[in-house]
Amino acid sequence: MSTTTTSPPAVKTVEPRKGFFTDTSVCIGCKACEVACKEWNAIPEDGLNLLGTSYDNTGALGASTWRHVAFIEQKRPTFLGLPSARPSSDGADRAEGSEFRWLMSSDVCKHCTHAACLDVCPTGALFRTEFGTVVVQDDVCNGCGYCVAACPFGVIERRTGDPDTPNVGLAQKCTLCYDRLGAGMTPACAQACPTESIQFGDLDELRERATARLAAMQANGDTDARLYGHDPEDGIGGAGAMFLLLDEPEVYGLPPDPVATTRDLPAMWRRAGLAAATLVAGAVASFLGGRG
Amino acid sequence: MNGSPRRRSPSSDLRASASELDNAQRGQRGARRGRRERTVVPDVEFTSYYGRPVVKSAPWASAIPGYLFLGGLAAGSSLLAAGADLTGRDSLRRSARVTASAAIVASFAALLHDLGRPARFINMLRVAKPTSPMSVGVWLLTGYGPLVGVAAASELPRVGPAWADRLVRRAARPAGLAAAVMAPAVASYTAVLLSDTATPTWHEGYRQLPFVFVGSAAASSGGAGLICAHRADAGPARRMAVGGAIVDVVTLYAMEQSLGLAAEPLRTGAAGAWLRAGKILTGVGGVGAAVSRRSRALSIASGAALLGGSICTRFGIFHAGKQSADDPKYTVAPQRDRLREGRGVSPH
Repeated sequence: MSTTTTSPPAVKTVEPRKGFFTDTSVCIGCKACEVACKEWNAIPEDGLNLLGTSYDNTGALGASTWRHVAFIEQKRPTFLGLPSARPSSDGADRAEGSEFRWLMSSDVCKHCTHAACLDVCPTGALFRTEFGTVVVQDDVCNGCGYCVAACPFGVIERRTGDPDTPNVGLAQKCTLCYDRLGAGMTPACAQACPTESIQFGDLDELRERATARLAAMQANGDTDARLYGHDPEDGIGGAGAMFLLLDEPEVYGLPPDPVATTRDLPAMWRRAGLAAATLVAGAVASFLGGRG
Repeated sequence: MNGSPRRRSPSSDLRASASELDNAQRGQRGARRGRRERTVVPDVEFTSYYGRPVVKSAPWASAIPGYLFLGGLAAGSSLLAAGADLTGRDSLRRSARVTASAAIVASFAALLHDLGRPARFINMLRVAKPTSPMSVGVWLLTGYGPLVGVAAASELPRVGPAWADRLVRRAARPAGLAAAVMAPAVASYTAVLLSDTATPTWHEGYRQLPFVFVGSAAASSGGAGLICAHRADAGPARRMAVGGAIVDVVTLYAMEQSLGLAAEPLRTGAAGAWLRAGKILTGVGGVGAAVSRRSRALSIASGAALLGGSICTRFGIFHAGKQSADDPKYTVAPQRDRLREGRGVSPH
């Protein structure tokens, strides 16, 4: 498709563009990524709750949750996604297998190629790093909150809390461990992941790895598997963090067809220009009606 | 049922599995069907993660709809003031200049109030980004505000020492005209500010919203002119009020008709109530303004109704956006529909 988005068509970076490939088929829901992220980035506590949503007591990505493990319980004959189950050779055996499957997926900022948050930021606090990632500069952000409404994934959020909470009032999200990347290290979440569900690396290589993994799964008969965020032709120009999912994206709380809102911005300005011209015409006409 | 995990049709299977779940383990999974409230758009099928929103709504409080209203009021008043200045309608010029400056000061206060770090407002001025409607707006207001201030200052009996007084009086007309040149952008950019988000109703409404907002700006500023100006000078304000009210109500109706599912929040909940009140007040005020040529009291009442209507419309649009972001239905269902119909952007 031809986009008219205001972001550059491709991210040109000094370093090879870095990203994540999260293979949810091997996620065991241990939440080590959530913990490692919180620890490394010194993110404040944001609620110790029992949400009643399977093993997910985190809820969603937000200002103080930069990795979020989703848990989805499904009543469905399956052999994939449940780590202990084994595939069998014929359908009859399958029917006797588990009637339940448990999907787990560690969600994160997508570090979009066409990043709406970055486009709409009025201070330049959000910027594109040399690794092709999207990061907030805490000392520049003034907490206008525009990025929060612009993100098609609901990732970035303004931090709330007591006045002494670190970075309170500022937009906060995953930095893809910008500080660790600078030192040639792996982001904390990927480092902590015990099953290599979260893979970190050069985006080009991750894309190949994701395609190969998908092909292998489909060859095994799992036609539910699909990639998400891997295609540079999608509405965000491809994500810096892609996923292998076992169901529709919305089942995991992801938008099925995300589009950077700024793609329509030229059309929006045109409409606003037309409306402004109408106002001028109206005002002039108001004074042409003579006195009285 | 052959027990295969494969799905022939993703969408139909999704529905089947969702209803199965509803029966088997209610509330266990967020597979929610969009039937929980009676609505005009029937039977929306969608899946979500425990009913949680996909996108986040703007973290803005009621200062922002106030800001939208005041910016519109200021912009319309600047146009009226410039016209009155050029056509010798002194009382309208004076009241419109004062209205514009008061509104723009208040709108600036509202804007600051909703920043997470108000002390860092100045960081807005370190870049100018056409991709950010907020950046464009801040620069517009940075130019527009002082011009409005100079024009309004000239209406004071005396401004500081004699040389300053002379300067302000000499600069008043050029400043007022320059403010009028910027005013249409001030009135319409706020629509782009809302539309350039992932908030479904704001984004989907980008074609109509600028017209709703300039209509609302004309109606409110015309209303203020009806209240403040002498009867002999109020003609343009009256015509502006009536025209603005018509554009406001008609384009809001067009928005409700053409947005599909994204129009639902315009009719429901708090947003629906605000917008109904807005339409009634704007309609009544518009008719009143048209017929009140001979009655000062009716003119004032009509002007007040138009100001109230504009406030209600801004709050209604604001809350409609929030409602559309807070319910995953408005994000997921249209995206799923366009994928199903082959209009999607993402490969599938």
